[in-house]
Amino acid sequence: MTYMTKPKMHHPDLKTNALGFTRRDYEGPVSTLCAGCGHDSISAAIIRACYQLNLQPHRIAKLSGIGCSSKTPSYFLGASHGFNSVHGRMPSVLTGANIANKDLIYLGVSGDGDSASIGLGQFAHAIRRGVNMTYIVENNGVYGLTKGQFSATADKGAKNRRGVPNMDEPIDMISMALQLGATYVGRSFSGDKDQLVPLIEGALMHKGAAFIDCISPCVAFNNHDGSTKSFDYVREHNEAVNRMDVILGREPITAEYAPGQMEMVRQHDGTYLKLKKIATDYDPTDRVAVMNYLQEHKARGEIVTGLLYVDSDADDLHGYLDSVDAPFNSLSDADLVPGAGALAKLNASLR
Amino acid sequence: MQSTDISNPDYFHKVVDCQWACPAHTPVPEYIRLIADRRYADAYMINWKSNVFPGILGRTCDRPCEPACRRGRVEEEPVAICRLKRVAADYKGDLTGRMPTPASAKNGKRVACVGAGPASLAVARDLAPVGYEVTVFDSFARGGGMIRSQIPKFRLPESVIDEEVGYIEALGVETRYNSTVDSLKSLLDDGYDAVFVGSGAPRGRDLIIPGRQEAAANIHLGIDWLSSVSFGHVEKIGRRVIVLGGGNTAMDCCRSARRLGGDDVKVVVRSGFEEMKASPWEKEDAQHEGIPILNFLVPIEFLHEAGKLVGMSFDKVRAEYDGDGRRNLVSTGEAPVRIDCDDVLVAVGQENSFPWIERDIGIDFDRWDMPKVDALTLQSTNERVFFGGDAAFGPKNIIWAVAHAHQAAISIDKFCHGGDLRDRPAPDVTVISQKMGIHEWSYDNDIQNDMRFKVPHLDLGIALKDIKEEVELGYDEQLAFKEAQRCLNCDVQTVFAPKLCIECDACVDICPVDCITFAEDGPEAELRTRLSAPALNLTQDIYVSDGLKTGRVMAKDEDMCLHCGLCAERCPTGAWDMQQYLIDLAQVSPIKTRTTRQGVQA
Repeated sequence: MTYMTKPKMHHPDLKTNALGFTRRDYEGPVSTLCAGCGHDSISAAIIRACYQLNLQPHRIAKLSGIGCSSKTPSYFLGASHGFNSVHGRMPSVLTGANIANKDLIYLGVSGDGDSASIGLGQFAHAIRRGVNMTYIVENNGVYGLTKGQFSATADKGAKNRRGVPNMDEPIDMISMALQLGATYVGRSFSGDKDQLVPLIEGALMHKGAAFIDCISPCVAFNNHDGSTKSFDYVREHNEAVNRMDVILGREPITAEYAPGQMEMVRQHDGTYLKLKKIATDYDPTDRVAVMNYLQEHKARGEIVTGLLYVDSDADDLHGYLDSVDAPFNSLSDADLVPGAGALAKLNASLR
Repeated sequence: MQSTDISNPDYFHKVVDCQWACPAHTPVPEYIRLIADRRYADAYMINWKSNVFPGILGRTCDRPCEPACRRGRVEEEPVAICRLKRVAADYKGDLTGRMPTPASAKNGKRVACVGAGPASLAVARDLAPVGYEVTVFDSFARGGGMIRSQIPKFRLPESVIDEEVGYIEALGVETRYNSTVDSLKSLLDDGYDAVFVGSGAPRGRDLIIPGRQEAAANIHLGIDWLSSVSFGHVEKIGRRVIVLGGGNTAMDCCRSARRLGGDDVKVVVRSGFEEMKASPWEKEDAQHEGIPILNFLVPIEFLHEAGKLVGMSFDKVRAEYDGDGRRNLVSTGEAPVRIDCDDVLVAVGQENSFPWIERDIGIDFDRWDMPKVDALTLQSTNERVFFGGDAAFGPKNIIWAVAHAHQAAISIDKFCHGGDLRDRPAPDVTVISQKMGIHEWSYDNDIQNDMRFKVPHLDLGIALKDIKEEVELGYDEQLAFKEAQRCLNCDVQTVFAPKLCIECDACVDICPVDCITFAEDGPEAELRTRLSAPALNLTQDIYVSDGLKTGRVMAKDEDMCLHCGLCAERCPTGAWDMQQYLIDLAQVSPIKTRTTRQGVQA
């Protein structure tokens, strides 16, 4: 691991955002992951997204489980809240935290092991409940911490470093998320920040369950010939359906593309997702069509990336439950313990 | 754009801003690391090889390296390179066995050096150890030239001059002091194979305005007065002194006057304060000693009563710039400013003076009466005569004199052996990877956030009482270590191997100063605008490399690179490596001072 600390000095022309923070202010300590890990690029993309969205670091909660990916929240947003949960249990902890304080921005960071194996049930239920969160799976198809066994997302036929193929069917987390009702679904690649940063920005601003499957090559155990999650393989098979920019509400909107090539999607909070279409017949608001499109292209061996699905009118768990508006920590004892009279009244109403 | 040719030694040499800016190209970061390692003698020898006068330059250099220092761009102030050089000299200890010895056998070639200033002495230093019979002529009793005659002792103690001039005299150089050369022709007739003219710019420029003659007894030419002070001929000056001129000589004059009884000393300059030629730190030192600098005042006349100077009058001016950006000083029309004084020191410039060079011996002079000298070879139009230092291209400074001397010595050596003078020898470049283990680097790459440390000064009350008391105390070892740690090790280069790169972005993500970008290729001017941090400093190169799988290029802006090595540390394939580029300019003498972490190499 790297023992050096990153110098505090930064480029003298480094810009500040609306809050007066530089991008460097959103960093954490130097990563202890293997040099070149895709996960570090995703961390850098998260830093960039939070900086560009002018998010206050202390209003963000980053939660994770166990695994290489789940270590990464240590290395970004050093001034934010963090919770490193039990293996696969990040979605439950996040749901609980969200219920207790809906004012924070929730960022769940997980991996293919944490979310597709031990935490598959957790993942499924957090998505189907519509928890307002950004859920990123840093997907490298192997268990890096235990030296590179195939994970549940490894493609059938993909080979390990010794050339032995994987014989199990992969779990397609994008398809699951769509089926389970995620209202913002994207796939990207750690080696393409131009695509990844706006996708994360859009997810952070989205109300409802936002899910991003980010392919993130494991340079130590899954970046060889025969791997389907290597830098080279993903670059060769990457089929982006669109390119996206996030336009904050107050910025002027100028159309740069011919009609039919550009689509503006207004999000709940007033931000716009500006989508430049690459696949012209692709409609990211039609859930069934999206699911069909993904299956067809997967069958052709293509990795479809971009903003795959968005429901900009989505509601979230708090809306479904009609929960109290204020965070629990701001409620008084009287609010939280209404007393015997209130209990008696409630009981009476149920008789 | 064209990929960078890193096999050209100039490319990485330029990245070492201090070394590139130094006329003698002293390997600065290498000696600073040695100082941090308390290997002062090694640090001294690296300097001695390159700039010949480390102790002298460590106190008096014009420091072209410091404005160039990268630290001054990423932070506020450059590393105190000059004063660290002095540290190497102050703490070097015993140098036994390190200095070259007189040549055991002479090569039969005789070289005369006119003047015993830095240029001539450096030529002698380069030529004597390889067998040349070098004779140095000077009209003063001891060697050093302007170093001894013009630089006040409170800035440069005599002992330092004696020591460093002594190292050269000990190389078997014949010195003919107290002997004035009054004919170059007769010197050439004496059969020297080559003559090097390093006679400096010995004449102070006068200021001829009304009252100059009448008040002459109290008007002194700056450099003449300084040398009279140096040699003890002048020991006091009037209470009220005006120093005219804005260069470093003026600063030496005013500070000397302050120590010889002048308690009301003023510097008066024609230009604005900012445009003064003096180095900023010399102006600062003068002001610190209670000397005001009055600007935009053009002398009108010397005022005198009964044959005695009583003051000066000045016209108040302002600067106006014409369409071409040329500055004109225009009178404000206000009443003349009168400043009373007892003495005036005129330090408004120096001139060359070659009354001893006959005009019929094949040396062409230009319309400013300066000899025509080849900038590369330092040869004049008489093939046996070479010029260097202030004598070559007018007043500069010691470090330029040394730089000229090394080149002139190479030319003389080639000339004496029938070589082509325009075929200059290549520098000696040593490349050493700094990678020791997976996460270990053999240089200290932890970037310190300290601001520049001030050099301790003698208490002003004591300093102003004695003109020979050195006013700067120099860094102690602890301060020197901390200041040395501010050096960014710019000679440890980021070297990129595109074939190994998998374009994972790890280097881009980790770089603290956003130097590195992977982007579509384009013309340089346009590519510079598309980098992670736009590369707006056009004096700094961008390192471009093609040959990547995606067809993009790697572009690294050298401008702000901290040389911290994090790119290489976080590179999974070793596509980035940190490699030390030691670049030693060619010299005549094969002086061995190459050092490594392990010790001095034979």
